[in-house]
Amino acid sequence: MDARSIREQFPILHQEVNGHPLVYLDSSATSHKPIKVLEAVDAYYRNDNSNVHRGVHTLGTRATDKYEGAREKVQQFINARSTKEVIFTRGTTTAINTVAHSYARANLEPGDEVIITPMEHHSNIIPWQQAVKATGATLKYFELNEDGTLNMEDVKKSIGPQTKIVALTHISNVLGTINPIKEIVELAHRQNAVVLVDGAQGAPHLKVDVQDIDCDFYCFSGHKMCGPTGIGVLYGKQELLENMEPVEFGGEMIDFVHLYDSTWKELPWKFEGGTPIIAGAIGLGAAIDFLQEIGMDEIAAHDQKLTAYAMERMSEIEGLTIYGPSAAKRSAVVTFNIDGVHPHDTATALDTEGIAVRAGHHCAQPLMRWLDVTATARASMYVYNTEDDIDKLVSGLTKTKEFFGNVF
Amino acid sequence: MSFDNLDTLYRQVIMDHYKHPRNRGKLEGDALVVDMNNPTCGDRIQLQLQVEDGKVKDAKFEGEGCSISMSSASMMTQAIKGKSIEDALRMSHLFSDMMLGKEIDPGNLELGDVEALQGVAKFPARIKCATLAWKAMEQGVEKK
Repeated sequence: MDARSIREQFPILHQEVNGHPLVYLDSSATSHKPIKVLEAVDAYYRNDNSNVHRGVHTLGTRATDKYEGAREKVQQFINARSTKEVIFTRGTTTAINTVAHSYARANLEPGDEVIITPMEHHSNIIPWQQAVKATGATLKYFELNEDGTLNMEDVKKSIGPQTKIVALTHISNVLGTINPIKEIVELAHRQNAVVLVDGAQGAPHLKVDVQDIDCDFYCFSGHKMCGPTGIGVLYGKQELLENMEPVEFGGEMIDFVHLYDSTWKELPWKFEGGTPIIAGAIGLGAAIDFLQEIGMDEIAAHDQKLTAYAMERMSEIEGLTIYGPSAAKRSAVVTFNIDGVHPHDTATALDTEGIAVRAGHHCAQPLMRWLDVTATARASMYVYNTEDDIDKLVSGLTKTKEFFGNVF
Repeated sequence: MSFDNLDTLYRQVIMDHYKHPRNRGKLEGDALVVDMNNPTCGDRIQLQLQVEDGKVKDAKFEGEGCSISMSSASMMTQAIKGKSIEDALRMSHLFSDMMLGKEIDPGNLELGDVEALQGVAKFPARIKCATLAWKAMEQGVEKK
C-alpha cells in the first residue's frame, strides 16, 4: 500500500496550518474522509434524499436501497451472519449504551458481576456503572500488567459463574494495546458470560471477523474509519438481539401501534427508532469500500510499521516517556510526555508547527490514574500518515523540548 | 522559525509564575474552598479564599495543570489579595474581555503580571486554561 497516493484522496490534508503543511496525528480522535466518502454523502443529498422504508415514490426507494445497501456492506465487513445483526447507531457510545440499558438491565441481578478493564474509554465504563447501580450487580476490573497489557492470569481467575458480562476494548485509545479478545471470549463463554467488545479503535485498524472472535456484541463508529460522524454500528448475535427490548421508541421501529400497547418491527429495525442516519450510513458504506480496496491486512501492516518507526524515533528524544506496550503489541497510537512540559503546552507548541496531536486525559481518567499522570500527549496514525509525518513530529518535539528548556 | 509565535504566548513572566508559583498551598483556619476542574483536559484547581469585611484578605491555590492554567492561578491570587470583592470581580471581567481580545481599560485597578497573559487571546484552545482560576474565584465570592 502506498500512503502517499492514499493521501491524495484526502482533500483536507492538503492545507497549511499556521504556515506549515498540516501533519495530522489525531486519527484516534477522528479520522479524515476520502473524496469517495464526501461524494457518496453529497450524491445522496443531491439526488436521492428521501425518508427510508416509507416511500412508494422513486426517491424513497433509492434512499432505502442505499441505506440498506450500506448495512450489507457492514455485514460483510465484519462477517456477521446476517444484516439482522447489524444495527445502525449514532456511534460506539450509543451502541454500548443500548446493550447496557437493554441487555444488562434485563439480565443482571444482585450478586452478578460485570467485568471491564482499567484501559476503557469512559464510554465503556459509565454505562456499566449505571447498569450495576440500577440492578444491584457489581462492577469489577481486570488487572493490567506493568506494560499496559491485560494480565491474563487475572482474567482467568476473575471470570467465574457470577460473571454475566465482560466488556472490553479491542484496542486501547491511549496505550494502543491490542487485547486478545478471542481468548477472553472463550474464557467468558465457558462461564456463560456475554462479551461486548468496544471496537471504536479496533474496526478502523484491524480485520474484524465477529464469527471468528465469537463475541456477543461488537460496537464501532464510522468517523474513526474514514466515515462521517454521527453513524456507528451495534453488532449483536441474533438470538441475543431477538430477546432484547428496544431502548428508543417511536417511528420506524414499530409493527402495530394500538392505543395502549404496541409491537416492534423485526431485527434490525426494532432498535432504530426515528428517521435513521441515512446519509451517515451511506457514507460509512463508502468508507468501507475505500478501506477494503486497500485491504484491512494491508492497513494493519502499515499502521504497525509506522507505529514501530514512531516509537523508535521518539525514543531518541531524551526525557520523553512513551506509555504502554512494545510496538508489536499495539496499534497506531503513541501516548507520551516530555519531562517538565505539560502535554497541553506540548500540543500548543506542535500546533504552531502545523502538527495536530491530542493532549489531555483522552476520555480515560481511570487509566490516567493507573499511569499516575494527570494528562498525556498522544500521536495517533492512520492510512494517510507517512514516515515523513513522524519525522516532522520528532523535529517538532525536539524543538518543543528546547523551547521549554530555555524559557525555564 | 514559527516558534517565534510561541513567545507571544509563553512570556518569560508566565513561565516564571509556572516554575515559581506564588501563593501555592493551603490557608490556615476557616477559608472558602472552591474546587474546579476543566473536564475536557483534566486541569484542576483548588482555590482557598479568606474573605473578611468584603475584602479578599488572603488567597492560596493548589492544583495540577498546564503552564497557562497554573501561572494564571498564581497571578490571580497575587492580583486579588487585598482587593474588595467588587474589585476582584471587576478584574475577573476585565480578564475575560482580555481573553476575548478586547481592548480593556483597567482604570484604577492594577492588573500587574496578569497582563502578560494577553497573548492567550490568540490561542483560542487555551483560553479556558487561563480563565479556570478566575472562574473559581468568582464562584467562591458568590458563595460568600
